[in-house]
Amino acid sequence: MMPKRLRIGVIYSRVRVEEKWIFGALEKRGLDYDRLDDRGISFDLQNPAAWCAFDAVLERSISYNSGLYALRMLNAFGITTVNTAKVAEICGDKLMTSAALARAGVPQPHSATAFTPEAALEAIEAFGYPVVLKPVVGSWGRLLAKINDRDAAEALLEHKAMLGSVQHSVFYIQEYIKKPGRDIRAIMVGDRVLTAIYRKSDHWITNTARGGEGEICPITPEIESLCLRAAQAVGSGVLAVDLVEHPEKGLLVNEVNHTMEFHTAQPISGVNIADEIVNYVLEVAKK
Amino acid sequence: MNTVSCPECEAEITLDASTEVGEIIVCSDCGVDLEVTGLDPAEVNLAPMEQEDWGE
Repeated sequence: MMPKRLRIGVIYSRVRVEEKWIFGALEKRGLDYDRLDDRGISFDLQNPAAWCAFDAVLERSISYNSGLYALRMLNAFGITTVNTAKVAEICGDKLMTSAALARAGVPQPHSATAFTPEAALEAIEAFGYPVVLKPVVGSWGRLLAKINDRDAAEALLEHKAMLGSVQHSVFYIQEYIKKPGRDIRAIMVGDRVLTAIYRKSDHWITNTARGGEGEICPITPEIESLCLRAAQAVGSGVLAVDLVEHPEKGLLVNEVNHTMEFHTAQPISGVNIADEIVNYVLEVAKK
Repeated sequence: MNTVSCPECEAEITLDASTEVGEIIVCSDCGVDLEVTGLDPAEVNLAPMEQEDWGE
């Protein structure tokens, strides 16, 4: 009997260089795959047949909401996805990530949450200044705020509560860490750390989307172990684990990203991350 | 050769042979982000503005 020919879907918003590499890796294998622009897809809950034709769907949306709900629908239809909706739920929300890491005992920066400006101010004062305020959903270093004193805290909390969406009233407070001008991004597929890079910047935000530069970071046993624990804590899949070097506490897991960009990591490391992602998608599709 | 006119500043932009539909390019004259919406014929539109939930 001929082996079943796999059919893969890739949900995306924009064809970034990462998507080009992923499409290239799929084409290189001569695979049947569909490009699914998230602005054009829909899900008929009573008629999932068209979606059920896929053996696996890789989600690469840049819209967290679109990606998350697409994954929820697909998983509800019983379709294998990379990543799963559960992983996206945890990784796309910084508070959910922190909660999952805390439950698993994975070292992370000291963080707290509060739901009113008054309660948030009290929590911030308990931390001491400076402190960092982050939106629970957001990326690319957007809307991160380093608060240096009580005046700034009061102003920022009021502005967020008054001008932001309801989600901005979930205040996510994190200790400010004096990083050595860099953080570490490790790329993971399943239980393997493929590569790691330093993201260097003079700015306290070291995200490469904000101009941080990449440099290869050796994967030490400590980095590998921490990344594995972080990945397991959020449910595993195709992930980028961001680590910070705390001057006293050592390596901490700061974030885990579930639709990571790797335009810096792939050329610097020489690791074909897109190819590894496709290998993983095929592996889970066959299960 | 695929050329398009920037909808913002009307500069002439030449698309690389490897350009794909859905790709974002930047107009070298005015710096606006453009989304490639067609290749035959070549077509670009102003790219959607970054949303609050965008990211990785």
